[in-house]
Amino acid sequence: MHIVVCLKQVPDSAQIRVHPVTNTIMRQGVPTIINPYDLFALEEALRLRDRMGGEVTVLTMGPPMAEDALRKALTFGADRAVLLTDRSFAGSDTLATSYALSMALAKIGEVFGPTPIIFTGKQTIDGDTAQVGPGIAKRLGLNQLTYVARICDLDAQAGTISVERRAEGGVQVLETRMPVLITMLEGTNEMRRGTLDDAYRAARSQIVKWSAADAGITELAKCGLKGSPTIVKKVFAPQARAEKVQQIPTSDLSTDALAASVMAAIFQKQPALEGDLLRFAAGQ
Amino acid sequence: MSDVPKADAPKPAAGRAGTKRELPEHFKAYRHVWVVIECEHGIVHPVSLELLGEGRKLADKRGVELAGVVLAGDPLTAAQVAAAAFEHGADLAYVVTDPILAHYRNESYTRAMTDLVNTYKPEILLLGATNLGRDLAGSVATTLLTGLTADCTELAIDDEGSLAATRPTFGGSLLCTIMTLNYRPQMATVRPRVMSLPERTPGRWGRIVEHPLNLTEADIITKVLRFVADRESDKAQLAYADIVVAGGLGLRSAENFQLVRSLAEVLGAEYGGSRPLVQKGWISADRQIGQTGKTIRPKLYIAAGISGAIQHRVGVEGADTIVAINTDPKAPIFEFAHLGVVADAIELLPALTRAFRAHLSVNRLAG
Repeated sequence: MHIVVCLKQVPDSAQIRVHPVTNTIMRQGVPTIINPYDLFALEEALRLRDRMGGEVTVLTMGPPMAEDALRKALTFGADRAVLLTDRSFAGSDTLATSYALSMALAKIGEVFGPTPIIFTGKQTIDGDTAQVGPGIAKRLGLNQLTYVARICDLDAQAGTISVERRAEGGVQVLETRMPVLITMLEGTNEMRRGTLDDAYRAARSQIVKWSAADAGITELAKCGLKGSPTIVKKVFAPQARAEKVQQIPTSDLSTDALAASVMAAIFQKQPALEGDLLRFAAGQ
Repeated sequence: MSDVPKADAPKPAAGRAGTKRELPEHFKAYRHVWVVIECEHGIVHPVSLELLGEGRKLADKRGVELAGVVLAGDPLTAAQVAAAAFEHGADLAYVVTDPILAHYRNESYTRAMTDLVNTYKPEILLLGATNLGRDLAGSVATTLLTGLTADCTELAIDDEGSLAATRPTFGGSLLCTIMTLNYRPQMATVRPRVMSLPERTPGRWGRIVEHPLNLTEADIITKVLRFVADRESDKAQLAYADIVVAGGLGLRSAENFQLVRSLAEVLGAEYGGSRPLVQKGWISADRQIGQTGKTIRPKLYIAAGISGAIQHRVGVEGADTIVAINTDPKAPIFEFAHLGVVADAIELLPALTRAFRAHLSVNRLAG
């Protein structure tokens, strides 16, 4: 079975700094990582391959440096990596991104074999939209399974798959036909450590690099800025709260005395809360 | 939220800082504001009511009507959901009733939504950023080839009558305002608890527009084999709790998280934690508070040993009172907390538990 995992290289968000004057992201020197949510998708794909045979191809769209993320995925055990990179993709919103990726996915199917399953993470940590997966599914006419917590059953012969999907207030057990697009929920598996063999292979692997034309994209009007219905009008930093924090003095106080003064300060801020709490305590 | 832009002049944004173009003629017929009323297993999701409150303001500003979209498996559920929409501000409800819609499925719901949009043409379409809303919104926007802005924290109408949707970006380091100028509808999702719940007007009623589904069960490939409801005790009611106590890495060990739970218990509160605790496996993912976890709006939020990174901040800013306990006086959490205590949470938490327990039992006896 040939499985494709779409992943994204993202800045390590814990280390992003914003320029205090210009309000722009200071990207320089910020390390990049594979979007952590995508690792759950990658691991699930690798497990399926290990169980059923086949290959895992990883695909990303991004600048040339996104190659690093693909090479990292190879060290975890992916078999092949495709980098979709072209100036015409610059400024893509989620609709344009899903167009470019769906064209590349169709091409991957042609060149490297049909892909009954395409995985993505549930969302990225930089955009946090969770829109690109469903966008790809819609454009390729794939059955869409989002927030998948577990793959229950997969019958390659019959082309059916059933999964547990995290819904509001419960878990849906869904059965559908492949090809499918699955977005994996976080915490559903644990990323393996790649083997030394994988690391060696990753270092020597050629990463397949496709331009828009290579991926069979002829309608450049659907790509990048031109293909994006949304427009970023303004970017700005959150303002500090005008009201200063009220620091509770801690000097010379025993911990219990400090706790008492914290409690008093809370009740002073929220007079109604004391009554609420007493009613709660009385009901216990 | 307190995030007002620093300057009025729009800053050039990296990437898609497009220029205003004229709305194509065929989109000019698109009018009115719609909110998808999310309902699974007979329960209206509160986020939909919160969106009606916000949608009402947008509709009034535009001088148009506010509609609730109700997709239901049976007429009784549909009527109840429509009633909830009217009582929370909708002027009318578009209702599609069909047994196929009893359970959420992407295919059937996407079909119902796109049919409705293509028939009745709304200018703005809002959904909750729940698992259902995000699953549906991405499919609907792609089918309609229109713009969709996820996880907005502020919605407004600009001077030219377009929807200005503001959301955190880059993990919450910055905010950006996104617009869909040349396509309709303008779509946005908003996470639960980001907007406040509007006042309910009992008995308020509106017009109902019924629309057929035009699908048979045989048309739908995906089947729901079963639905396993979460046990009540397993559900973290964090987003809607009045009091929340949370811990961070300052607790130093998984065992010490018990101190957070003990205080929460005395206060009848929900408990949660910052993202690193989920990554370390100290708490489950549904207890994570922040940009990628739950957004909360409690009356009281006690953050113990949490440094207050921006992505945590955006998840808790709606709290009435934020109490921060941290050993580091320079921790960012003190920039947005209301009450600050520079102390070790491991010592202060048990003392607070004792103090509240004693206070509540003494006053109960006295009362």
